[in-house]
Amino acid sequence: MTGVDERLESQIGQWRGYVQRRQAISAADVAEMEDHLREQISELNAAGLAADEAFLVAVKRMGSIDAISREFAREHSERLWKQLVLVPVPGEGRQAPTRELPVVLALAAAAGCAITIAVPAGIDENLFARTVSLFVLPFLAGYFAWKRRLGPRALAALAVPFVLAAVLLVTFPSEHDGATEVLAAIHAPLVGWFAVGFAYAGGEWRSDRRRMDFIRFTGEWVVYLTLIALGGLVLLGLTIGAFDALKLNDADEVVVEWVVRFGPAGAVVIAAWLVEAKQNVVENIAPVLTKVFTPVTIAMLAVLLAGFVAAGDLVEADRQLLILMDVILVVVLGLLLYAISARDPLLPADLFDKLQLVLVGLALVVDVVMLTAMLTRIAEFGLSANKTVALGLNLLLAVNLTWSARLLAGFVVGRGSFHATERWQTRYLPVFGLWAALVLVAVPPLFGFE
Amino acid sequence: MYIDKDLVAASSTLLVLGILAEGESYGYAILKRVRELSAGRIEWTDGMLYPLLHRLERAGYVSASWATAETGRKRKHYVLTEAGRAVLVERRSQWDVVAEALNEVWRSAQLPRLTEGGLA
Repeated sequence: MTGVDERLESQIGQWRGYVQRRQAISAADVAEMEDHLREQISELNAAGLAADEAFLVAVKRMGSIDAISREFAREHSERLWKQLVLVPVPGEGRQAPTRELPVVLALAAAAGCAITIAVPAGIDENLFARTVSLFVLPFLAGYFAWKRRLGPRALAALAVPFVLAAVLLVTFPSEHDGATEVLAAIHAPLVGWFAVGFAYAGGEWRSDRRRMDFIRFTGEWVVYLTLIALGGLVLLGLTIGAFDALKLNDADEVVVEWVVRFGPAGAVVIAAWLVEAKQNVVENIAPVLTKVFTPVTIAMLAVLLAGFVAAGDLVEADRQLLILMDVILVVVLGLLLYAISARDPLLPADLFDKLQLVLVGLALVVDVVMLTAMLTRIAEFGLSANKTVALGLNLLLAVNLTWSARLLAGFVVGRGSFHATERWQTRYLPVFGLWAALVLVAVPPLFGFE
Repeated sequence: MYIDKDLVAASSTLLVLGILAEGESYGYAILKRVRELSAGRIEWTDGMLYPLLHRLERAGYVSASWATAETGRKRKHYVLTEAGRAVLVERRSQWDVVAEALNEVWRSAQLPRLTEGGLA
């Protein structure tokens, strides 16, 4: 009898191993299905079937693992993230684009070339600073347009924000180094990034899943870009050091010039490709990073709030502070989005969700303090381009954080699902894109290009 | 008996929610209940139930928890939530309308019925 049991155990073990290899099916799902299989087998056993037969029948009833895996993948796009593309439907064939690396390298080089052509051609320094994203992001968008095989209409839609941004940035007679010029320079890359998101989503920008994928992509891309930048800087430093030692100071400058032209632009495209190709690696790091940085950020916000109290009057504070706080709040929101995108939405609330709620709560308090300081300043000194944009961004963040706090609190006390938090963020995402576009289009003329 | 794929897709959610409205259950028991309710004529591919249950869980219609079964194995149990109950009530009224209309048309069109032995 034990021989039969052992055989059955080994068969079930093989089946489990076979199912586990499907990346869309998690370990918990396999356990759930294994329990099902075992119950089916024991019932068939009781009905008089031999163990072998019972196993075969039970496996057959379970159905094609390919089909089940595909269903799971559809349902859990965060698992599918590991594979990116849906598990290929049988018959559709496995047409992995093998030309991918050459295309990526060509696009990275093209971005570098665009900059190399523009800079020696004597492009105005400020104009270049405003439009630098337009030298790089279209190539990134192009990569996704190629990879997702965008249709002609989607391609046309994708070109619109880039062309529009280029026309506005070149034709607006903004004052040199004026506030509206700086604002345009900050918001143009954001608009471009949302256009990249459109291409990333393969045109399906309305889909919550695709939007969440894009948030996830953005987080991973930042991680990869940082790693590449660090490595690049170390290598560059070593090279310069070696040239210095050789007393080749002119060579120094040439090297730096070329690295600056090709390095960052290429890194932007290569990082995106790495995220696409190496999702498995990063998947393990995203939850770790968010778990490290959430408590650290909470500490930072708490210290800042204590600093506000100690400083007393915020209205008189340096305007630099308001800008800095805006940046901090944006970073906090980014961290929140990244954490949400890295979380398995089906897990019950745990300590980390409570920490996140604390983070959102603190960010909200900081935001309200900033809003009050800002409104007081505006009442005293009137509106300016900077203040208007800062105020608008703060309001957008306040709305997002308030509702996030509500949903997270509901989830922590067990009244809502994590899915609601996810959906709120994915639905809210375009608001930031529209805001960036609005700043780019409307703020410079409204404030007389000063 | 073979049932068209689209019809299975349309009815399976309601069937599962309905079974969970009878009380807490788990995958294997749900499938058994489906067979029981249809006198063995509805046969789903067993494995496909699980992605469906997850979809319902994500939508907040059911909630799930792991418990240890009497066999000593871990087992995932599903319970209908308030939201699930509300959806079930709403969909049921839609389904009733469709079913009534179908019944009417079967009667007036006087279609023959397919039975085990062929046309009746």
